Parts: sequence; structure tokens; C-alpha cells
Amino acid sequence: MPSQDADKKRVDPENLPQAPSRRVGENLVEVDNVTFGYDRRIVLKGISLAVRRGLVVAIMGGSGCGKTTTFRLIGGELKPMSGEVRVAGRIVNRLSTRELFELRRKTGMLFQFGALFTDLSVFENVAFPMREHTDLPEALVHDLVMMKLQAVGLRGAASLMPSELSGGMARRVALARSTALDPMLMLYDEPFAGLDPISLGVIGRLIRRLNDALGATSIIVTHDVVEALQIVDYVYFMSEGKIVARGTPAEIRASKDAFVHQFVHGEFDGPVSFQYPAPDYRQDLFAQAA
Amino acid sequence: MMSRKELDLWVGVFVAIGLGALLFLALKVANLSAFSTSQTYAIIARFDNIGGLKVRAPVKAAGVVVGRVSEVGFDNQTFEATVTMSIDGRYKFPRDTSAKILTSGLLGEQYIGLSAGGDTAELKDGDTLKITQSAVVLENLISQFLYSKAAEGDNKKPQ
Amino acid sequence: MRKRITELLRDLGARVTGWIWRLGFASRFFAVMLLQSGTSFRRFHLTIREIYFAGVLSLVIILVSGLFVGMVLGLQGYDTLVRYGSAEALGVLVALSLLRELGPVVAALLFASRAGSAITAEIGLMKATEQLAAMEMMAVDPIARVVAPRFWAGVLSMPLLAALFSAMGIFGGYLVGVRMIGVDAGSFWSQMQSTVDFHEDVLNGVIKSAVFGVAITWIAVLEGYDAPPTAEGVSRATTRTVVTSSLAVLALDFVMTALMFRGV
Repeated sequence: MPSQDADKKRVDPENLPQAPSRRVGENLVEVDNVTFGYDRRIVLKGISLAVRRGLVVAIMGGSGCGKTTTFRLIGGELKPMSGEVRVAGRIVNRLSTRELFELRRKTGMLFQFGALFTDLSVFENVAFPMREHTDLPEALVHDLVMMKLQAVGLRGAASLMPSELSGGMARRVALARSTALDPMLMLYDEPFAGLDPISLGVIGRLIRRLNDALGATSIIVTHDVVEALQIVDYVYFMSEGKIVARGTPAEIRASKDAFVHQFVHGEFDGPVSFQYPAPDYRQDLFAQAA
Repeated sequence: MMSRKELDLWVGVFVAIGLGALLFLALKVANLSAFSTSQTYAIIARFDNIGGLKVRAPVKAAGVVVGRVSEVGFDNQTFEATVTMSIDGRYKFPRDTSAKILTSGLLGEQYIGLSAGGDTAELKDGDTLKITQSAVVLENLISQFLYSKAAEGDNKKPQ
Repeated sequence: MRKRITELLRDLGARVTGWIWRLGFASRFFAVMLLQSGTSFRRFHLTIREIYFAGVLSLVIILVSGLFVGMVLGLQGYDTLVRYGSAEALGVLVALSLLRELGPVVAALLFASRAGSAITAEIGLMKATEQLAAMEMMAVDPIARVVAPRFWAGVLSMPLLAALFSAMGIFGGYLVGVRMIGVDAGSFWSQMQSTVDFHEDVLNGVIKSAVFGVAITWIAVLEGYDAPPTAEGVSRATTRTVVTSSLAVLALDFVMTALMFRGV
């Protein structure tokens, strides 16, 4: 008997969510000439980008360039001031609460430091989306959680609490949690930040593997060039609220663009200048003496 | 992280002792007795003046609380106060019982005192008492006293 | 000089509008919280968990404080009453003081500083570590799942804690008055029982503590939810909870006392 509960959606065996097919050439996410700002500060100045289904795409740039804001717009946390953000053809900021709810169930988001629920164990964290959104019996939930943890290599840590995990482990658990309902779109916010080289490699491989296994689409926001270029299919470079370069990893590595070059090779000075804008040096120095 | 069973246990204990404290306060500390749960019947009494009588004031007979004042009303035809009392069902009173409004102590709160008469028939639910004595109002008492003093003085005047 | 005055006035105006804006925000938040309360009752184990953290863990401080307050009342009360030869009224003094005022108010202040601050810190920390955002992105409303259960737990715990405080206090007064000092046990209890009225005193005290519970928990969850997601922001919010809810409790106490005990 279908429950009237607004909080949980019963998984109807007739209509199980289909694993999204890889319809190559179709854009899952489209950002169309979006402008966004906080109060008076404009952060994004009319950016446009598209992400094809089945691909892993990176949005890269320095701190404060607007990549996290773009990320939040795609996730529906923020609404653009002008322009549209479309996911699976639907305009995100025009969705009703129920439709947004549906969209979020099919989207997995990995936050920068994992954002695990500190009062729940690893097992319960991964089981959380399943318990909230489905009516699956506990035995089934248990098996699914174990499978997810196995996929990220942490099945043995199921009974630990988040405070007992290292950064890399916490992020892997968060990864397992965000893929719990087999989402069609995965969003990663700085997944490589602050990790040791081994964990870096592990997370990178997991992102690629999960994307391909789930037939999903992934968007990674990062400034870890080395790792990102190894696993992604396409890159967008942002600087000061605009997209300044784009291309496949091969194109990026071979790029002669000054900004790309400075970013990829970690150069000291270039389009992103070393000195913060300041008045004339001599004037500043001797102004005190005057 | 405590298991759900442990949590439930502790919360259950907490609620139990909390309610227990409330019960203690209600029964042992305050005057909530078997009264409100037992059967009561209503009697009405009319007074010229009820003074400071309030709802929930005690109704006593021979000094023992046998009921409570449940309602105080005003009869616009006879211009009297009508007081409805809830009397404990265990106690029956004869039909010629009288009611007086008394004060506990010198300046305490007011209550109704019932004096049983000698009638064999009993008061039933909804009956009205025939004999009542109104409250003593302090101002009237003082003016009475002054008047009688003045009258005395008059009498003592040389004829 | 004139510039200074206009500046001050503008500052004052901004402050006042700031308060009014905040009050509006707080009311909207309250309404949303009430609307989202279905989950707190349908999945009652969530609320039970919060009752444990807010109520059960406050038991020790409430019971111990209640005992001491009652004992002090016994001492001080006897000291004053014995001068007028009314030592037997000690029970009445202790009981009425606790039931009407000290029980609800002191228990509320203790609850605010212990449970209220903990709730604010918890929610603020969840916000700072992006747990609330993660929940939202998983299509689970954090207000329904995190905030509302804590609110109802506070509202339900507060009257029980106040009753326990009063009961312990009366026991403390009995210990000091009857056992230590030697006031007659019979008159201690009998005078108390004949003077304390259930509706007037006990029930009014319960109503007060329920209102305090609403006020304190509302402020606590609001400050937590609204805290800036930094360590400093959370700690400031926690302090604000304790201060604001304590003031609210005292102000509400005055208003309710005036309404309830005016005609006595």
C-alpha cells in the first residue's frame, strides 16, 4: 500500500531508477550565460559551460575565481542572477520543491572535508540516504552499505566513528555515501585537497572508476592539476569569474595560453600576478618618512 | 553512540521520575485529593453578598472540607448572588441545611460553612438551599459599630 | 558636532531595524520549524535521542541545584519566620517559592546554560563542517531532521526538569527544616498541603516552565542554525544563546507572574 509519507519515497519494484545510459553527445549539465554575485560583489560574469553525459569534467582555477560558486549553482544551492543552469534539460532554479527533491536524490555531492555526520558511525553514514529515501528492509540496506564500502575499500571500517578516521578515509566514506543511491550526476568539491600522495591516487582512481561503473557524469572542482589531468575527460579553466580556457587534458598540457601555462606549471608570475594591486612602491615607502 | 535501546531506557527513566515528581507535587504538596475524581453533586445557594468568596473556595461542614465552590453567578431578576457548590458524593445533607459565608482566621480567605438541619429528606443534585447567611462585609460592620456607639451615647444623654 | 549626532542616530536606527529584522527572521524560522515537525513525531526515536541529550544529561545539575536551593530556602526561611513565631509556615514558604518562581525559573536558567548552549554548539558545528549542507544536498531537510527534534525535546524536557527541581527543593527544605532544625514535621506538611493549590501554584508553575522551554530551545536552535560557519562564530552564538535565553526567561517570568498571580 503506497505510503502517504512525504518524507520517504517508497521504491516501487516496478519502477526502479534506471541506470542512466551513456547517450554520448547529450549534455547533462548546461550553464548558460550565468551571472551571479553576493550583495554587491559580482563573482561570476556571464559564464557558459556544458558537460556531456558520461564524462568526467574538471573546473579548475585559483582560489576565489568562482569555481565553487559555479559548483553550488549546478547543485541548486544558489540561484543565478541572470542566465540559466540546466540539469538533464530542466532549469534548476525554476524547479518546484518536489522536483528539486527528486533531482537531488539523483545527484551525489562530495564536500571538501567529507561532511560526514559526526554522531553516526561509518555504516550509518552510508546507510543514511538509503534509510531516508527508500523503504528497503534493513537486511538489504546492510548489504548495499557493505557493497558501497567495499567499492571504496573501507568495508572493515564500518563500525568506526568519523572522528576515528583519517582525512583520506573520511573522504572515501563520504564518497561511498554520496554514491549510495546510484546517482546520475556526481559533484566533487576539492576532492584532492589536503591528501597525501597515496590517498590522492586512490581518490582519483575511485572517481574515475565509479563514474564509469555507474554510467554517471562527474564534475570536479579542484586546483590539483596533476591528479586532475590524469583522470578527467575535459577541463574548464576559470579566473576572476570568467572561463579563460578549455580543452582535453592533452590540449591543456600542450597549450600555449599564458594563464594555462602558468597554472599547469605552477609559475611564479604571469597573467595571475604575484603582487596584489598596490600604489607605487616608492611613494608608499617614502610616504611614511614625509 | 548509545544504542537505541539504551537511549530509550534512559529517556524512559527520566520521563518516569519527572512525572513522579509532578505527581508528588500534586498529591503530597498541593491539595489535589481524591476529590476531583470522585462523584460530586451540585447544590445551589443564594446570597445577598458573597464578599470575597472565590471559585474553588472550600465548602466545609463541621470544619471538614466536603466540597468546593464550582461557579459564582449573578441573578439579574432577584439581584442575588447564586453560588453553585460541588459536594462530595459520599456526604449527604438534609434539605433544611443552611449555608454561611465564613472567613478563615481574621483576614484569611473566605469559605462556605454548611450547618445541617433536621429534615429527613436529603438534598439532591441541583437543589437550592433555603437558608443562607451572607458574608460579613467589614465596612458594614464598622458602620454598624459606629451607629450603635452613637445610639448608646444618645441613650446616655440626660433626659 | 551635528555630524556626530546624526551618526549616532543612524547607528541607533540601524540597530533597531536590525533587531526587528532578526525578530522577523526568528518568527519565520519558528513557523518553518513547526511546519516541519511531522518527522519529529513520526520518527519519534529522533526526538527521544535529543531528550536524552537535553533532559537526561541535565538531571544531575538540576537535582543537585534543586536540593541546595531548597536547603537554603529552609535555612533562610526559618531564620525570618521564627522572628514572627511562624516557624510552622516554613513548609508553605519553601513550597510556594519553589513551585511558583524558583522551580521554573532557576531550572530554566540552568537548562539554558547546559542544554541550550550544547544545542547551539552542536547545530553550529554541523553547519560549519557542512553537514547541514550535505544533508540538504541529499534532499533531507535539515530543519526537519536536525532542528525540530531538538526543539521538541527541549519543550518536553523543561517541565519535567522544573518539577524535579521543585520536588528536590521541597525535600531539601524538609531536610533542613524538620530534620536539622526541628520544625514539626506534621505542621510542615499539613500547612503546606492546605495552602498550596494545585491549579494556582503547581499548574501555573508547569505552564511557566513549558513557556520557558519553548523560548530557550527556540533561541538555542535559531542561534545554532544562523551561526557563522567558523569556530569564532559558533562560540559567539553559544554565548548569545545563554545570555538571550536567560534574559528572555526572566522577562517572560515577570509577564506571566503578573498575569497569573494578579488576582490572588
